Amino acid sequence: MDSIELKILEDKAKEIRKMTIECIGYLGVGHIGGAMSVVEVLTLLYEKYMDVSPDEPQKRIRDKLVMSKGHAGPTLYCVLAEKGFFPKAWLHTLNVGGTRLPSHCDMNRTPGIDMSTGSLGQGISTAIGLALANRINGIDRKVYLIIGDGESNEGQIWEGAMAAAHFKLNNLIAFTDYNKMQIDGYVHDIMNVEDLNAKWNAFGWFVQRVNGHDFEDMEMAIERARHEHFRPSMIILDTIKGKGAHFAERRIDNHNMNVSYETALESCSMLNEIGRQPTEIHHD
Amino acid sequence: MRAVYAQTLIELAEKDDRIVLLEADLMKASGTTVFKTRFPERTFNMGVAEANMVGVAAGLSAGGMIPFANSFACFASRRAYDQFFISGNYARLNVKLVGTDPGITSEFNGGTHMPFEDIGIMRNIPKLVVMEPSDPVSLKKLVIESAYHNGCTYMRLHRKSLPVIYSESEEFEIGKGKVLKDGTDITLIASGAIMVAEALKAGEMLNVDGISAAIIDMHTLKPIDTELILQFAKKTGGIVTCENHQKTNGLGSAVAETLSENYPALLNRVGVADEFGEVGRLNYLLGRYQLTAEHIVSAAKMNLSRRKYAFGSSENKMQMNDN
Repeated sequence: MDSIELKILEDKAKEIRKMTIECIGYLGVGHIGGAMSVVEVLTLLYEKYMDVSPDEPQKRIRDKLVMSKGHAGPTLYCVLAEKGFFPKAWLHTLNVGGTRLPSHCDMNRTPGIDMSTGSLGQGISTAIGLALANRINGIDRKVYLIIGDGESNEGQIWEGAMAAAHFKLNNLIAFTDYNKMQIDGYVHDIMNVEDLNAKWNAFGWFVQRVNGHDFEDMEMAIERARHEHFRPSMIILDTIKGKGAHFAERRIDNHNMNVSYETALESCSMLNEIGRQPTEIHHD
Repeated sequence: MRAVYAQTLIELAEKDDRIVLLEADLMKASGTTVFKTRFPERTFNMGVAEANMVGVAAGLSAGGMIPFANSFACFASRRAYDQFFISGNYARLNVKLVGTDPGITSEFNGGTHMPFEDIGIMRNIPKLVVMEPSDPVSLKKLVIESAYHNGCTYMRLHRKSLPVIYSESEEFEIGKGKVLKDGTDITLIASGAIMVAEALKAGEMLNVDGISAAIIDMHTLKPIDTELILQFAKKTGGIVTCENHQKTNGLGSAVAETLSENYPALLNRVGVADEFGEVGRLNYLLGRYQLTAEHIVSAAKMNLSRRKYAFGSSENKMQMNDN
């Protein structure tokens, strides 16, 4: 990745982050924490890797993404709006009665959403189904999957982990948004998921662990994953819950919180002023 | 029945590349090993993990396939309910879920494996089609109907062999019950492999006593055939439902809802009375849960005598109010 591409991605991510904060602030409440931690990975996937077409969201041969942590829908909506899947004006309808943008992803309401999610743990299984369908039909495209760390408490995640490796789904590339927090507190206090690397390794996946706010790190990991021949890939993203939203970052209560529009706008202007935010990652 | 099921899937798959099969380590029980032999690349044994199986089926459906997913009815319904509800139905996908060994037909597997509530919980999923065929012909035809229904379906499947009720040429439509025998005094509405046969026996026994019983095979529990229920409520004045399931939330409840909202004829329900399952042979369990033809006959007679007591004849006075 050259410095120009990096700058373009960073600017795009900043825009997505501001849009997400703004649309949650416009509504007044939302899942800000987990929405902020996936900004970079979604930006990178949709700007660089995903073969998708805003003019033809349902085209048969395309890459697909399952946002298994469905409450991060708003970030994905901003990415899709930015790509032109639907008008940006829709973003202000988030969770308004009759909206096409519900808090959790809904494939029947929102152009560009590939799977309905919201009941945690289920996305890994549907992603496996999509990957198997690609294999049966000879469709040479990837299925991307994003799960949460709290979500990894769910037994279904590990049923899926076993199955994807069993079927050698090298066309499945998964990410764990490891932001270290779940609703009731820190993951290591509520239900510890460590050792995540060892667990996914033991299940037979190709495991990498990178800084989930660093495009160059993630690009290298995705490139390696895309060239894996026999195993599904798990890329564990060390992230910060609430990243970049000054009122929420690292706050233990940031899973779903009230956000006034003034606070949201203040956060957006802070992002404008400071440019690229320094990233601190604490490995457990 | 399972041989018919597997053969029907093979015939469907020969014509349609989209048909795929998922099992959860019960392929031998489902009798679908022959499908795997014929279409290994379209068969997925997901191991003992029903929740994942149903989710994977939903994903396959989103990828354009028509997945049939099998397990024992207790696991297909209770254990994978949220996956079927959200990933399958809420997502408006196309998962064909099949639960084998419904109700007392799980026999020696006993209470842990004996679903008396699967139709009840499935009936609450919006737009879901819920079916229970009663013989090999209805099974074959309803599996084909299910494959080409646009949306999820849940089917109860009795694995063992059953006598043929219908001729090969009989056509079946989802949501349209079958009148097996016309009658004037009472209507027996039954569903499924065990209870349609018991209702037919009960009909003969009632006939001996001079009671003319109409018999309906309600192979689709949802959407329920409202028109047919009302037609026979008006014609015979009283109804007995017969089901291998709790009396609540299944066939009996569906008929009760239909009657009380449209034409409140007297209803008696033969079914499991708020109890858990237990082990035993089928004949023992039929008696244990009061599901035999004799129980249907006494329910029918009670229905007739209560109408007589209430209205001075077995006519339902509602018929007069109907005008």
